[in-house]
Amino acid sequence: MKATGFAGIVLAALIGPASAAEVNLYTTREPGLIRPLLDAYTAKSGVTVNTVFVEKGLAERVAAEGARAKADVLMTVDVGNLIDLVDRDLAQPVRSSVLEAAVPATLRDADGRWFALSMRARVLYADKDLSDLKAITYEGLADPKWTGGLCLRSGQHPYNTALIAHHLVKHGPEKTEAWLRAVKANLARKPAGGDRDVARDILADTCQIGIGNSYYVGLMRSGRGGPEQQKWGDGIKVVMPTFAGGGTHVNISGAVVSKTAPNREEAVKLLEYLVSDEAQGLYAKADYEYPVKAGAPIDPLLTSALGPLTIDAVPLVEIARNRKAASLLVDKVGFDN
Amino acid sequence: MTGAASALSPTVRPRALAWSAAALALCALVLSPVVALVVAAGEGSGALWPHLVAHVLPQALWDTGLLLAGVGALVIVLGAGSAWLVAAYEFPGRRLLEAGLLLPMAVPTYIIAFAYLDLMHPIGPVQTTLRDMLGYARPRDLVLPELRSLPGCILLLGFVLYPYVYLPTRALFLMQAANLIEAARMLGRSPSATFFRIALPMARPAIALGASLALMEALNDIGAAEFLGVRTLTVQVYATWVNRSDLAGAAQIALVMLVAVVALVAVERWARAGRGFAGTAQRPRRLARRRLTGFRAWGALGLGLMPVAIGFAIPASYLVHSALRRVMRSGLPETILAEIGHTLLYAGVATVIAAALGFVVAAGPGLLSRRFGRALIRVASLGYALPGAILAIGLLGPLALADATLAAGTMQLFGVAPALIGLGTGGALVTAYLVRFLAVSIGTCEAGLGRVPRSLPDAGRMLGRGPGATLARVQLPLAWPAVVSGALLVFVDCVKELPATLLLRPLNVETLATHLYGEAARGTYEDGTVAALLIVAVGLVPVVVLLRLGTPRADHADRRLTEPRP
Repeated sequence: MKATGFAGIVLAALIGPASAAEVNLYTTREPGLIRPLLDAYTAKSGVTVNTVFVEKGLAERVAAEGARAKADVLMTVDVGNLIDLVDRDLAQPVRSSVLEAAVPATLRDADGRWFALSMRARVLYADKDLSDLKAITYEGLADPKWTGGLCLRSGQHPYNTALIAHHLVKHGPEKTEAWLRAVKANLARKPAGGDRDVARDILADTCQIGIGNSYYVGLMRSGRGGPEQQKWGDGIKVVMPTFAGGGTHVNISGAVVSKTAPNREEAVKLLEYLVSDEAQGLYAKADYEYPVKAGAPIDPLLTSALGPLTIDAVPLVEIARNRKAASLLVDKVGFDN
Repeated sequence: MTGAASALSPTVRPRALAWSAAALALCALVLSPVVALVVAAGEGSGALWPHLVAHVLPQALWDTGLLLAGVGALVIVLGAGSAWLVAAYEFPGRRLLEAGLLLPMAVPTYIIAFAYLDLMHPIGPVQTTLRDMLGYARPRDLVLPELRSLPGCILLLGFVLYPYVYLPTRALFLMQAANLIEAARMLGRSPSATFFRIALPMARPAIALGASLALMEALNDIGAAEFLGVRTLTVQVYATWVNRSDLAGAAQIALVMLVAVVALVAVERWARAGRGFAGTAQRPRRLARRRLTGFRAWGALGLGLMPVAIGFAIPASYLVHSALRRVMRSGLPETILAEIGHTLLYAGVATVIAAALGFVVAAGPGLLSRRFGRALIRVASLGYALPGAILAIGLLGPLALADATLAAGTMQLFGVAPALIGLGTGGALVTAYLVRFLAVSIGTCEAGLGRVPRSLPDAGRMLGRGPGATLARVQLPLAWPAVVSGALLVFVDCVKELPATLLLRPLNVETLATHLYGEAARGTYEDGTVAALLIVAVGLVPVVVLLRLGTPRADHADRRLTEPRP
């Protein structure tokens, strides 16, 4: 029994998975997050979804695998990573009336080379004692009244570089540099850890406010990460920030069909499933993300915590284009030092 | 005597040639990712450098330098100090301590960072209890130093990496330094003078080897450093590569780091050149331990237990506690058995190959021209100096090239191309482990062979045995404990390895490390603790074996030293 199991592993390692209908998904997203969706898809269609979670170097691996690559669908978080795949010529155009109907034009490539699948907002976590704090702008994070009161993860993390890139598009490099310096001056501790640590640090009085992704609020409060995290989630208040005179900064998770996809048809079918009402609902349920499809349900835990979401008008592509400049700016102001 | 003579000897020549060819192939394998990096670096411009010089490097160099200095000092103090304690003194609990001191080796740096951040956080169990005891109401009433800092990172890395120094240093105290140490004692030197004037200088090669391995681990660490907010050069390589999609720039920084590391290693080698301490063919005495009594004995035990507690017992208990809670709440993760299987399979295969290659490469200087053999050792050890993910990225090109060559060949012969074999199979993973950790196996084998009195292989050769036979019949049995400990170190390293595993593993393959990383990446630490605990547990198996090998085998080796087989 043991020996056959071992031999099975050896065989699987040597020849790779095989089945009649299958689709190979390379993802920078932890597969546990999308597993419920993929399982639902397999149950419905009978198609096996093979996955590998390649957090760093996805594009390099697919490029190296070349013409005989196994990858069908490449899935990433952060629009910059998605557009990178297109820029490196690793994606192929897809024409699908289903995808075009479901994903708003601002959240997909005009030529069908990338599609957003889910959305998250960068929101404010705050100390519950700040009862007067009802609204805040991203620009307002630089207000000296927050000196020593702000917690953030690394400025080099894609979630933060995207936000800084967004500020760059809105206000230009000089104002953004001044803003970032002022934000740095407000930091209570060195940028480190993840978004959840911001909530935990607010609870510990290390800081009063911080920025984190919207879905963590749902994840923490749902208690799925354990009672500790539920305490962190319940211990903070959450405010939906906006840019002055604009809307909230959102980022996406999305996917492309690999240029060399051996199972192209199946790849497109998987994407079409992922933007269906059912899957979009599951995104909200499983991950507390916002659906990209209009009218798909949003988890009540999110709506009750955050209220309505007004997305800022700056196109995601513009933000992605400024990502590198934002990253260099983080170095320049020594944000993480 | 073995050097030039054997290379010229006509009877040995064909075998030596075959050996050289194999050695060169190995060098090519290890060098291939470096070459790929050079190519990648060449594709970029130098445009990044003014920015790096102005805004990144000063801080990164400073942080990296302090981190290495701090971790280096800590691993030497903890490693050599504890090795001396258990080698030179007898006290209640000593044997247990001797074993326990190795345990932190089973804890990966990223796991210790996760565990301690949870434990030491202002609202974590330690500070909460402390506040309750002192009667403080809120966290701000009692602010302790922040763990997410350079000193915090140094402490955590130092306490899990010191066994790299402890292991070889203890062996050296036990086996080799005994005669001189006892002479010093008999001449009335104080214990501290004996330690600082005799034992420590003699242990320098072992300390240097261990410290350099520990420092490589510290330099390549990405999980703990990033998590604790320390901006090392390695973190900057990642930032350049991942956040700016600038592989060329990342490769340029990585190459500069590589050059710096190679230069440092060369300086270290040069500084201890000619200071090898090969044993004599006479039976070396075991060091007689001084018996400690009363409070001294308890003091010694307490002192020795401190690194075990901080580096192992505390984080491991925390993991046990969290994992138990996880299992009570929602049972064992369904995929865990398959993950254990994958982990053991890939790490196991890589370990066996690394041990065999490591021994042969380490024996190179005795087999062939000494200079060629030593050059080979340096090249084959290079993979260890590269950050894991950079090495994995560098391997993508060569693996793809191998695939393309193979496909072209089979197309010509059979008219069909096979699926990718180099990339996206277990082969890629094993190759990565091998390139990365061969240095560990070589290093320990080198140390083991260095302890074999030079007169023995020379005698073998004079009695008409070829170099291969001498190696197999004389040196291998004598250096066997070192070969096994090297292999076990490689095994633990492979089980813990993360960045290359993340990038290169096949579809649907999770190892314990990637499982844990996935859970940490989506913030469900609790779900990851079972995997974390298993990684630590898997790491413990070799530690236990190391110990069983350690003391009794040392006696065994003593006997073999005096009674070499005909």
